[in-house]
Amino acid sequence: MSAVATNLAIDATGLTKAYGKDDDRVVALAGADLQVPYGELVMLVGPSGCGKTTLISILAGLLTRDGGSCSVLGVDPQALPNGVRTAWRGRHVGFVFQQFNLVPTITAQENVAIPLLIQGASRREAMSRAHEMLRRVGLSGRERSLPPQMSGGQQQRVAIARALAPDPRLLVCDEPTSALDGATGQSVMELVARVAREDGHAVVVITHDERIFRFADRIAHMDDGRVTRTDVPAKEHA
Amino acid sequence: MFRISIKMLFGDGARFYGILLGLAFASLLIAQQSSIFVGLMSRTSAFIRDTPQADIWVTDPDLLSVDDAKALRDADLQRVRGVPGVAWAVPLFKGLLGVRLDDGRRTVCEVIGIDDATLIGGPHTMLEGKLEDLRQADAVIVSHRRLARELRMATGERGPDGKSIDRPMRVGDEMELNERRARVVGICVNEESFQYVPQVYTTYSRALQFQPAVRRVMSMVLVKAEPGINPADLARRIEERTGLSALAASPFQWKTIGFWMRETGIPINFGIAIALGFFVGVAIAGQMFYNFTLENLKYFGAMKAMGASSWLLLRMVALQGAVAGAIGLGLGLGIASAIGLLNNPDHLAFVMTWHIPVITAGAVLVIVVGASLISMIRVIRLDPKSVFQG
Repeated sequence: MSAVATNLAIDATGLTKAYGKDDDRVVALAGADLQVPYGELVMLVGPSGCGKTTLISILAGLLTRDGGSCSVLGVDPQALPNGVRTAWRGRHVGFVFQQFNLVPTITAQENVAIPLLIQGASRREAMSRAHEMLRRVGLSGRERSLPPQMSGGQQQRVAIARALAPDPRLLVCDEPTSALDGATGQSVMELVARVAREDGHAVVVITHDERIFRFADRIAHMDDGRVTRTDVPAKEHA
Repeated sequence: MFRISIKMLFGDGARFYGILLGLAFASLLIAQQSSIFVGLMSRTSAFIRDTPQADIWVTDPDLLSVDDAKALRDADLQRVRGVPGVAWAVPLFKGLLGVRLDDGRRTVCEVIGIDDATLIGGPHTMLEGKLEDLRQADAVIVSHRRLARELRMATGERGPDGKSIDRPMRVGDEMELNERRARVVGICVNEESFQYVPQVYTTYSRALQFQPAVRRVMSMVLVKAEPGINPADLARRIEERTGLSALAASPFQWKTIGFWMRETGIPINFGIAIALGFFVGVAIAGQMFYNFTLENLKYFGAMKAMGASSWLLLRMVALQGAVAGAIGLGLGLGIASAIGLLNNPDHLAFVMTWHIPVITAGAVLVIVVGASLISMIRVIRLDPKSVFQG
């Protein structure tokens, strides 16, 4: 049964990946399974080196797997030719990075416009959409601000607006709150969870921050390259 | 994306100005030193350009340059005149002689003796007087170069410090050339020569009077080809018939330039300066551009994750390099040109031919392309998942 038919944005089974050869071989994934329906926010947690980054890199089409099967948004990214995979990623996958990765010398609006410009949108279209996205994340009036002129929370909101600008079906967030204080982190996660649910995005969040677990629909625990168990977090404070 | 690429470049102030400084300095050094080199080499053959009437210069076969002193026999003039295709051939004297000025000061000048009958070989532009005035008794024409510094005459007055006040030589003044009276009847315009001595024109016969008696005095023969005769063919025929060297003006200039380039360390010295400019450009601008790209690698990585192809990123890096290169080149060439324009041409031999900006642009292109290529390799090899690694 396909992922689309089962409403699964991600349907990965038995993923394996190793780096290096012979004595230097390091197993990053040893049969990881993950299913994420559309509209659901799943957090990946686990100790450093357990394979979280490798897993989301494979799901996002940034890395090829050694074994297992994987369907993301109805396609196997690895089966796509390189250029097509890059374009597919740009169109369907949004990224939020730990360190924001906003270009510091261009305005917030231009940063948000980048993925649209990459896809070939005109500057006018891209800037208009970026303006709209900044409004959605609560940053109206800060369009012309440069990232260094903004707080960490504001920068992460810009990064979220940038990730959502092409209206991707999958949002991948790598430690989105680790560079933020507690209150700001909560506020950013509220935004991510709201947007995911409103627009039906599938969201995968890597985190070590237990304070934001409550925003997850499910928490997938990883260890030694496998998803060892999946919990539904307590929602009493959400 | 290209607009963003440019903003990334301009926005990184310190590195951008560092790149510009490196490229501008390299361009300046390459263009300025090349221009001075060309200027100096050009001066070595200035006399040939100042004597445009001749198609062919006939000299001793062993003559090394236009300033070399290997005189011909008087009979050689007739032998050259006897070669078919020669419209006219006139003798030319060219030699360094001592000058004594009215206040007793002594200097050296280059005396050029031109054909008495036709005055061929004389200066082409006169500031004062006429070339025909050379037919007057004891007449000489002096070049306007070095009048202000070397050919100065006493006014008979003294300044507040008690020193004698003098002025540049002018028409009507007299001096002694090898103890013989010479009277200035005109002032001509000449290119600055490599020897940096005053040039004095007179008739050939009078030049022989100024010159101490020696058996051979004729420095060279100036030849004009008959209409319809190819000067190169005629030169070859003169060489075959007389055993002398016969060269058209352009090859004679290059022979003179070649002598100075071979026999002096000038090309090596300027070559070192130009190479230093290039390596300074590589070291400063290349290194800073590479660092600039490295600094932006995480943003390029994010763009790659967001769907940017390596080709798009490479074009962005290439555009950054091209813009920095163009601005740096413009600054360097502008400053070099300003130095050339603002300096007295008597003091600074500066000739910026069209080749120099082209060569400088080529050098900057090599620096920028080299730095961009190394940077591009990093961009191509950039693993987009590296953006997840903090």
